[in-house]
Amino acid sequence: MNIVEFSWQTGLIGGAFIGLAVVTLMATSGRIAGISSIFSSLLKPTSAQPWQWTFIAGLLLSGLLFHWLYRPITLQIESHTSILVIAGLLVGFGTRLGNGCTSGHGVCGISRLSPRSLVATLVFITVGMLTVFLLGLFQLENR
Amino acid sequence: MKSTLSALVAGMIFGVGLILSEMVNPKRVQGFLDVTGHWDPTLVFVMGGALLVTGIGYKLTFSRNKPLFASTFAVPTHRVIDTRLIVGAVLFGSGWGLSGLCPGPAIVGLSTFNIDIMAFVLSMIVGMKIFDFMEKKI
Repeated sequence: MNIVEFSWQTGLIGGAFIGLAVVTLMATSGRIAGISSIFSSLLKPTSAQPWQWTFIAGLLLSGLLFHWLYRPITLQIESHTSILVIAGLLVGFGTRLGNGCTSGHGVCGISRLSPRSLVATLVFITVGMLTVFLLGLFQLENR
Repeated sequence: MKSTLSALVAGMIFGVGLILSEMVNPKRVQGFLDVTGHWDPTLVFVMGGALLVTGIGYKLTFSRNKPLFASTFAVPTHRVIDTRLIVGAVLFGSGWGLSGLCPGPAIVGLSTFNIDIMAFVLSMIVGMKIFDFMEKKI
């Protein structure tokens, strides 16, 4: 294993912002900042609540302001579009079945010391690592 | 009204966090998962920062009786570790590994109008709809 160039400072600061957002939502609205749950509730517009719309709007707005007015966001996408489509299906279905993703389980749940979230997070990180490993083997064969 | 506005602010802060930490960049996330290849430790620090602030912030928040602009804290009470949770996490983890994307960064990434991110989010919506459809049948 070799370690790529990275900045632990921007990681920590960015992470602290995420934490601040999670705490803000709980302290003001009393809600868990689980993005997959909030986003999926918008797919049922009749029962979606105003705070769910504005939270997702805030995510989009931060990106729009940053990318178009400040500096472009770097996106390096290594996977083919067809793989991304399959991945999207898995992420959409999986987060609903397991009631959460990186934000809901990984940040909110672990901070509350929820055993369910701890298990879910360990499982999706392990499976994610295994998937990337297998993806690497497959790509070597195709070279 | 107040909780609607504070949710907007929370969403924006969350988005800024994902952008600053570069978690919107799929390569950084896949790099973290690439433990046997070229490992990118960024996500460890992002998680660390987020858990530190949330851990302390939640403690302070829950020491109050109720949120500022709502009547109760809506916190999950379900505690059973069941097959649904595990299978869900397995499916999500495989999709996360294949793409380097999870819901938050994908939604923030839409703001760049990148066609691959749009394809991912559309597909994610379909995945969620398939789940809703199947859940109704069971």
